[in-house]
Amino acid sequence: MSKMALTTEGDTYIIVTRRFAASPEAVYRAHTEPALIQKWLLGPDGWTMPVCMSDARPGGKFRYEWADSKGRGFYITGEYLELTPFSRIVHVERMYLPEPTPDNHVETAFEPHAAGTLMRMRMTLPDAKTRAAMLATGMEHGMEASYARLDVMSIGEN
Amino acid sequence: MRNLDAAFSALADPTRRAILARLASGEATVMELAEPFDMSQPAISRHLKVLEGAGLIIRRIEGAKRPCRLAPEGVEAVDRWLAMLRNALAKNYDRLDEVLAAMKTEERKEMP
Repeated sequence: MSKMALTTEGDTYIIVTRRFAASPEAVYRAHTEPALIQKWLLGPDGWTMPVCMSDARPGGKFRYEWADSKGRGFYITGEYLELTPFSRIVHVERMYLPEPTPDNHVETAFEPHAAGTLMRMRMTLPDAKTRAAMLATGMEHGMEASYARLDVMSIGEN
Repeated sequence: MRNLDAAFSALADPTRRAILARLASGEATVMELAEPFDMSQPAISRHLKVLEGAGLIIRRIEGAKRPCRLAPEGVEAVDRWLAMLRNALAKNYDRLDEVLAAMKTEERKEMP
């Protein structure tokens, strides 16, 4: 796990850095191509992403839907603002619980590092209401669902 | 966990977040906290009351002063949330490592 670092910056940002043993091109593709996204952006075990749409061009939209074996599900939608293959992605997204949460603004940069890639993602911290909603829903449905919802945050990296 | 909503609602205000950031570097009095802000001491005191009610800070009495410091429990609630996010991300990226390894294998197969 030492490969990943998560820190906060100021009041509003969460910075995540992670190294990958693959080229920036491969990591970038895994963040933008639906067939690849569906394989890893899943959060806790037991969840799948039956719907994954990603129109990776500036102004293009994406939509991810998750489901678990008990028929529970949730989704996020978003838009790409800037795309620089294979080095940078800027997008906004919001999740539905089912009410939409405020937009989360995310910048992700990929740069060559050693023989692989260093990814740096800057996510906007959700506001207090969003966090409170996430935590409250988590308590209603148990830790598993809570984890899954929090994990939607991880879509941030896309 | 009872205090969690109060904690997050207290954190929604930028002045209160700035106060917490200041307290992260040590105990401070109302006067010291009011200094960097364009705010009266009563206004700062109101923010402190919210932070105290949310369990994010602790105040002690020292003569006429009531110095404030961060409450470990309140800060832990926020830390817990960050830890959950960290775990979820770590899990996804471990999975991504496998996807990337598989992509490499594919590439090799495609090469003549």
